[in-house]
Amino acid sequence: MKIVKGLYYSKDHEWIKIEGNRGYIGITDYAQEAMGDIVFVELPDVDESFAAEDNFAVVESVKAAADIYLPIGATIVEVNNKLEDEPELLNKAPFDAYIAIIEDFETDELETLMDADAYEAYCNSLE
Amino acid sequence: MQKNIYEISKEGRRGYYFDTYDLEDYSKSFEIPKKYKREQAPRLPELSENYVVRHFTNLSNRNYGVDTGMYPLGSCTMKYNPKINEVVAAMPNFSHTHPSWREKHVQGNMRIIYELQGMLSELTGMPGVSLQPAAGSHGELTGLMIMKQYLIDQGDVHKKNIIIPDSAHGTNPASVTMAGFVALEVKSNAEGTIDMDALEQLIDENTAGLMLTNPNTLGLFEKDILEITKRIHDVGGLVYCDGANMNANMGITRPLEMGFDIVHLNLHKTLSTPHGGGGPGSGPVGVVSSLQEYLPGPIVIASDEDFYSFKMPTKSIGHVKNYFGNFGVYLRAYVYFLTMGGEGLKLASQLAVLNANYMKACLKDAYKVPYKSICKHEFVLAGLKEPGDVSTLDVAKRLIDYKVHPPTIYFPLIVEQCLMIEPTESESLETLDDYINILLKIAKEAKEQPELLHNAPTTASVRRLDEVSVARNPVLSYRFNGEEQ
Repeated sequence: MKIVKGLYYSKDHEWIKIEGNRGYIGITDYAQEAMGDIVFVELPDVDESFAAEDNFAVVESVKAAADIYLPIGATIVEVNNKLEDEPELLNKAPFDAYIAIIEDFETDELETLMDADAYEAYCNSLE
Repeated sequence: MQKNIYEISKEGRRGYYFDTYDLEDYSKSFEIPKKYKREQAPRLPELSENYVVRHFTNLSNRNYGVDTGMYPLGSCTMKYNPKINEVVAAMPNFSHTHPSWREKHVQGNMRIIYELQGMLSELTGMPGVSLQPAAGSHGELTGLMIMKQYLIDQGDVHKKNIIIPDSAHGTNPASVTMAGFVALEVKSNAEGTIDMDALEQLIDENTAGLMLTNPNTLGLFEKDILEITKRIHDVGGLVYCDGANMNANMGITRPLEMGFDIVHLNLHKTLSTPHGGGGPGSGPVGVVSSLQEYLPGPIVIASDEDFYSFKMPTKSIGHVKNYFGNFGVYLRAYVYFLTMGGEGLKLASQLAVLNANYMKACLKDAYKVPYKSICKHEFVLAGLKEPGDVSTLDVAKRLIDYKVHPPTIYFPLIVEQCLMIEPTESESLETLDDYINILLKIAKEAKEQPELLHNAPTTASVRRLDEVSVARNPVLSYRFNGEEQ
């Protein structure tokens, strides 16, 4: 299982990467492995705002459909349209294939999330 | 692989060639407006009659159904459909009637609807029954719409949450969303039933209700059912019973006595009408007395003089199906009720439960049994005990090589590598043993020759299908000479 340092992680297996005032959000390697082959991604609308824990996207695999939650309150400023035609990018490179880019979030809220080490320990505890 | 009908088509080939008649050519007597005319002839396959017959007969020979062998799909109750049901449903006295006829001319049909409403009422305990919905999921949506209208009339518009266990049929949360409610998931405990503490956390004044299958999709009876339904009623919510698993309960226990307010039944599961490609389905809904006037209509009522008439309940949510639902399916279920009788239905449920427990006991050394307790009409296995690199999908595909239908797999989602087996009461001990022996043999193969499983199926008309490409890039129509559409 791959885990990237320097990202924030949620218990629902989303990652957030911060660059300036923007955040990239995607699903982790653990999540894509558990989902199996991903066949469809329902992206949010740009400019849509969400509260923390809101369901903002749906990822569908051959096994099941899963709601993807925004771990912190934020506004969507960009979505990764590539996923519409190539949902398999989430399987191939989960940490490169972000689902959306967010802004307008509280930096404090990030501190409620896990770092790479804590997330690794969390995943191991799920085995 | 068999060629499709376009691939065997040859231009100009016909079943019959007609001589030219000495009749007037009608096409010359009037002009069809251009906008209604095709510019190109439709691309229909062109074949002689015998090739059409062979094509479809060969296709039908590849079919697998309850008439060809055991079909143990969990939560689907693929029981045998007795032929007397079909004989009665095909009688011209029924099949030649039209739903627009006046009541006085179809009293016989209406009596059957009326009596079937009564039979389902007795089976579930629910005083009000509407046969309208055409499928189980349709019954769910209907039940939730009844729930919604009732709550609105009670002034409880704020109640929007419907609690659903994590082992539920996928249709449950879908129906909840379609009906405008919000689905909240409650976890199952280690025994496979609802975790009462987790349930308690979710219940509040916004709780509109709870949906539950009992026995649940793990084949386990929710022993806390009375406490569960009481807690929901305490906050003014209603409890919906997904009746898909009613085959475990007939004549033994009823949704009303468990505290449910609404139930749907799948006639195409529990009551032996054709299921799947043989449909159509039927998902009647039963309700407690306080909800009776909300039922979709029309329903059939009887006067003291035994005259039957259609009636729309006073606060009805309306029609959910044109006319009276799938009448042909009612006939089959009605005949099944009469031929089985009350004791017969009870025995069917008992045998369904016995068969499931027998299979589970015989498979426990080769497959993982996640829930040890006695099961009802179905049970789950968590894949092979010693899987190596063999998955449940491999096991299922290998079953096809042994000419039997695999069980439901990878559902419910809470069980890893799940196989969900529902033998039904229709199978003899010999057939159950055959199926068990095949599964045991496959478990042995998985250890000794796993490639047999990885490569399966090898004897079917197609090999392993590429499920991922199918889902990502579905091709839904024929491509003539490879042209894009």
